[in-house]
Amino acid sequence: MIRSLKLQWPLYILLLPTFIVVLVNSYLPMFGVILAFKEYNYSDGIFGSPWAGLDKFAFLFNSSDAWLMTRNTLGYNIVFILLHLIIAITFAILLNEIKQRFFVRTYQTLLFLPYFLSWVIVSYIGYSFLSGEHGFINSFVLEKLGMKPINWYSEAKYWPFILPIFSVWKDIGYATVIYFAAIIGFDKEYYEAAVIDGASKWKQIRFITIPLLKPVVIMLLLLQIGRIFYADFGLFYQVTLNSGMLYDTTTVIDTYVYKAMMSVGDIGMASAAGLYQSMVGFLLILGSNWLVRKINKENALF
Amino acid sequence: MNKRSDMAKQHEGSRLFGYATHFIFIVYSLICVIPVLLVVSVSLSSSESITNFGYQLIPETFSLSAYSYLLKDPTELFRAYGVTVVVTATGMLLSLAIMTAYAYTISRQDFKAKNFFSFYIFFPMLFNGGIVPFYIIYTQYLGLKNSLWALILPGIVNSFYLLIMRTFFQTTIPSALIESAKIDGAGEFRTLFQIVIPLSLPILATVGMFTTLGYWNEWFMSLIFIDVPSKVSIQYLMYKTILNVQYLLQHNSSMSGSKSLFDLPTESIRMAMCVMGMAPMVVVYPFFQKYYVKGLTIGAVKG
Repeated sequence: MIRSLKLQWPLYILLLPTFIVVLVNSYLPMFGVILAFKEYNYSDGIFGSPWAGLDKFAFLFNSSDAWLMTRNTLGYNIVFILLHLIIAITFAILLNEIKQRFFVRTYQTLLFLPYFLSWVIVSYIGYSFLSGEHGFINSFVLEKLGMKPINWYSEAKYWPFILPIFSVWKDIGYATVIYFAAIIGFDKEYYEAAVIDGASKWKQIRFITIPLLKPVVIMLLLLQIGRIFYADFGLFYQVTLNSGMLYDTTTVIDTYVYKAMMSVGDIGMASAAGLYQSMVGFLLILGSNWLVRKINKENALF
Repeated sequence: MNKRSDMAKQHEGSRLFGYATHFIFIVYSLICVIPVLLVVSVSLSSSESITNFGYQLIPETFSLSAYSYLLKDPTELFRAYGVTVVVTATGMLLSLAIMTAYAYTISRQDFKAKNFFSFYIFFPMLFNGGIVPFYIIYTQYLGLKNSLWALILPGIVNSFYLLIMRTFFQTTIPSALIESAKIDGAGEFRTLFQIVIPLSLPILATVGMFTTLGYWNEWFMSLIFIDVPSKVSIQYLMYKTILNVQYLLQHNSSMSGSKSLFDLPTESIRMAMCVMGMAPMVVVYPFFQKYYVKGLTIGAVKG
């Protein structure tokens, strides 16, 4: 590398800005994980603060919070992965059956719209439906059905149903476009041959499209499993309006870390929970990549 | 005879299937659009209409008062737009500049240390230190609390986009071209600017678009780093307003001065704020979307 530095120094200048940014954004925080083993105080800094050993972890895993946020993070992610998979593949296959380009483009444009809205805007949309006082659901739907209004933002039991709806609503357009792009790349000859043999639409889907989609699905699925310990912070923080009464069903690791750090100011607990997430997340990514490699080396991330 | 009626049946079946497909997409398209329209509609409702009938898709009585209150003294709003535009433009341009330079270098077959520097970008995708050390480094060591750089720097290098760019350079720029530029006496910088970049506009446009969307919709960094009103971005202003309409009003002299808070159409002002925040995105969306989808298929190559 020293010799290369001498010979190819202009290339190193090109590398430098990104190298520094990544050092600050990613590598310094990696060393900062030692915070989880420290009694942090602002005046002594990360390295000067006294050690606390495993106290923070002991405290975290003895509290009910650790189980709660792990259960929620995993539970929601499994539901999201399955819902996205089924709905997006169905939509992509159906979109492929529409032959008029105008309709394909129009539907795709409308389905993709929510993906471009920020979680803050989605929280407004949620509020316009769920607000206890004036929300559309309470003042129109439940009213018409002759039911009592519900305080959505203080009743935790409804959120395991509400959150998947918002997750699907916002992100299904993206997933549909990915699968649709894969499907239109398939060789048309398979379908032409099937039509000559008299195969019905359903049989074409069942015996051509789905088997051809399998590698794409498996790869995306394993990538998502590698990220299963990370929740979408925007969904759980903005759409719930950070309502404390929804704690039991809406606390995920990401929101727990944020609240411990910013509201409670407990840097030690926050970084212990954060390190727990990083470590398990790391193992899951390694594991799922190992699986992809076993199935098909070409598709492996590394 | 039998065969013909079979075929007719199948034809009939596929026609029904076609109708059902359109029906499903029309219903789902409405599900995507109506919630957005509900927000617009509430922003255009009169206070009485909201008090008596709640949020409706078509208000009982229309009123533009929310917008006239918001725009009577739009300083707050325009400043927030200004912050978002500055952060988005600076972030996107810097990001493209430094990521292109890095991605090009590690794409070069003759660059000796390319494996090390590729891994350097790749590893943070697998493991990260989490937001706590990140936050402490930004605030305690770099002093970036309440600085616009705290909104720009975190999103400036994205490992995934950078590796997409590298793959693009590897697959579309022939190394013979770079070789011949070198023989003709062009230095590294000249080769990059005059030969590689002009050939790479599709990937630059794609990554530029991804980055722009990311910065425009970003609010998390404001949430942790910004607590002075002068550096509030449009997303963060919306976030503050949904929790507390008063936030918007207390900084706005024309609203708090003349009338008491109770007379203000707070419900429709809240939604009008959201409409103002999402308007730019919704306006450019049809154009943006088309190229975004194209970009996604470019990006579908392995990192």
